[in-house]
Amino acid sequence: MSNEIHSTKFQDKIESNVFVMFITLAILLSVGGLVEIVPLFYLKGTMEHNQHPEIVWQRQPGQTLADWKPGDGIRPYTALELMGRSVFIREGCYLCHSQMIRPFRDEKERYGHYSLASESMYDHPFQWGSKRTGPDLARVGGKYSDEWHRQHLIAPRSLVPESVMPNYPWLAKNMVDGQTAVKTVAAMATLGVPYTADDYGADYSGAAAEVEGKTELDAVVAYLQVLGTMVTFEEGVDYRE
Amino acid sequence: MEATEKYHFDVVRWFTIMAIVYLVVGTLVGVLIASQLAWPVLNFDIAELTFGRLRPLHTNAVIFAFGGCALMATAFYSVQRTCGVPLWSNKLAWFTFFLWNFIIVSAVITLPLGLTQGKEYAELEWPLDLLIAVAWLCYSFNFAMTIAKRKTSHIYVSNWFFLGMMVMITYLHVVNSLAIPVSLFKSYSVFSGVQDAMIQWWWGHNAVGYYLTAGFLGIMYYFVPKQANRPVFSYRLSVIHFWALMFGYVWLGAHHLQYTALPDWTGSLGAAVSLAMIIPSWGGAVNGMMTLSGAWDKLRTDYVLRFLVMSLAFYAMSTFEGPVMSSKTVNALSHYTDWTIGHVHSGALGWVVMVAAGALYHMVMRLWNTEMYSAKLVNLHFWLATIGAVIYIVAMWVSGIMQGLMWRDYDAFGTLSYTFAESVAAMHPYYVMRAVGGAIYWLGGAIMLFNVIMTIRMASATRGVGAPARA
Repeated sequence: MSNEIHSTKFQDKIESNVFVMFITLAILLSVGGLVEIVPLFYLKGTMEHNQHPEIVWQRQPGQTLADWKPGDGIRPYTALELMGRSVFIREGCYLCHSQMIRPFRDEKERYGHYSLASESMYDHPFQWGSKRTGPDLARVGGKYSDEWHRQHLIAPRSLVPESVMPNYPWLAKNMVDGQTAVKTVAAMATLGVPYTADDYGADYSGAAAEVEGKTELDAVVAYLQVLGTMVTFEEGVDYRE
Repeated sequence: MEATEKYHFDVVRWFTIMAIVYLVVGTLVGVLIASQLAWPVLNFDIAELTFGRLRPLHTNAVIFAFGGCALMATAFYSVQRTCGVPLWSNKLAWFTFFLWNFIIVSAVITLPLGLTQGKEYAELEWPLDLLIAVAWLCYSFNFAMTIAKRKTSHIYVSNWFFLGMMVMITYLHVVNSLAIPVSLFKSYSVFSGVQDAMIQWWWGHNAVGYYLTAGFLGIMYYFVPKQANRPVFSYRLSVIHFWALMFGYVWLGAHHLQYTALPDWTGSLGAAVSLAMIIPSWGGAVNGMMTLSGAWDKLRTDYVLRFLVMSLAFYAMSTFEGPVMSSKTVNALSHYTDWTIGHVHSGALGWVVMVAAGALYHMVMRLWNTEMYSAKLVNLHFWLATIGAVIYIVAMWVSGIMQGLMWRDYDAFGTLSYTFAESVAAMHPYYVMRAVGGAIYWLGGAIMLFNVIMTIRMASATRGVGAPARA
């Protein structure tokens, strides 16, 4: 190889020193992520509840999760819902069902009001999904009866003949583990989800009592039935400009 | 062979073999899950075999098992040859090999058990995530140190791409996998909602952009000129498209979240950069294709070169399709549909596997110092792969666009024309077609495995040497 430089001096320097190349790459590759991700943590416009605080449940002192009614606002999941959610993740439901309604007329009519960022602020990890092999579930709560969901999860084609969803008969047999529920609620609290001492006690041991005797099927149905039911949307209010 | 060998090639041989094994396994799982969507009875009511648990196994097997072994084989092979020195540490390379394969075996066990973080393409639980970080850093460090002690004055272009991939994947894996464990086998992402979504797709798209694109462009830049026996078409083009690709790809993740609750500015920014990315992407495709100028006649006789050229054609096509799909108007239709799956597979089946197959055939012949057992079978593999990929992609184009149109269709009374279930029923013929295309593609891979095994056996029998027999 000749010593003639075929490009710029800087390019030549990079090409002849692996450490310079490494540092240049490390800086260059961090830009896009920093610009797109970091502002999401502090820009007020990201979360709708900064402009519309009423969409988050305003707890009165002494109120527990049991006092919440549908439409009262976004709240942490109950222990049972949380365990249903972890079954949802375990079974890979998010691979075929999105939880993110886009602001289009057809999606509004099919699924309901478009999804808000605030609605998934307690979702570790998010479950927006990327594919609709089955329908969106962001507002499935309350659309069908508990009994419908039970039968549908165990044998989907008995209710929807066209469905390609697997049967989940084992959900009715597996019991939810109380200690796992305690640990899961505690983990969520550590991550900043606002559980109070009134909900499950300071050590979250109340979570075990809530899931006592419940099957995974009960838990998944509880989770599905709360999806999209937390916020009461006012007619004519644009929550996301 | 060991005594006379200038380079550390034993570990490369084993990465090569394992890459082909995982290709066959990973695509077989793909054919199974594709069939499950056509015929749900194939879920067998067994938890460990349901679509939701096997789909992560399929993606992990093809991306990290096949793709990882192919990248490690080709990077360790080409870095030694382009730098004129053996690997910095042969021991560390072997450690990387065993650790990487241990992670793969663990994935095969844990994913069907439902142990998952629930983030696409990053499903493996936290203990395995830690091991992945260790293996990846060992791989990267060994690679960089080999370059550092090279005999050549300048670093060859293929190594730039490998190095860029190594840096970016380290960033992505570490940030996206940050989680809080609740037990040995279960953890939850520290991020939530919209921030988690953005971080996930920053990871998701850049696993494509760096692992499956930059890394495999590294393969292209070494193996296309080698196989064609011509220099790279344009040095200037490679400089420009390298830096543009490195800088630009990072921004694209946001285009997966258009019209979602992600702020509009982020999605639009992702889409704008996506459109611009056609330039660096095609820069690479043109540079690869034009390397063959004056040598196109070789395609008639050189079946390995056919793989490399076809891969570049698919690369050019899917990097055109990508920007189109990221534009808001098209994305409104294509998002959530099978079109995305088709797009991914035109990149994966057409570009990634094809360019890797070309490189793996090339390496097998040199590593074992022999011709292939059967050149005809290489050609047969080429045609099965091409036809299988085209059937797959066409099926997903039709089903994806049809889904998108059915979901938004209104009748004369202004009500939605179709229920969701009707759109599912309409997909059936295309899901069958996809499974058939995938099966044809899988058959090509199985033939490759057979051909490579026979080649190694033949080489060992004639010379009494051969890595597999001895290791």
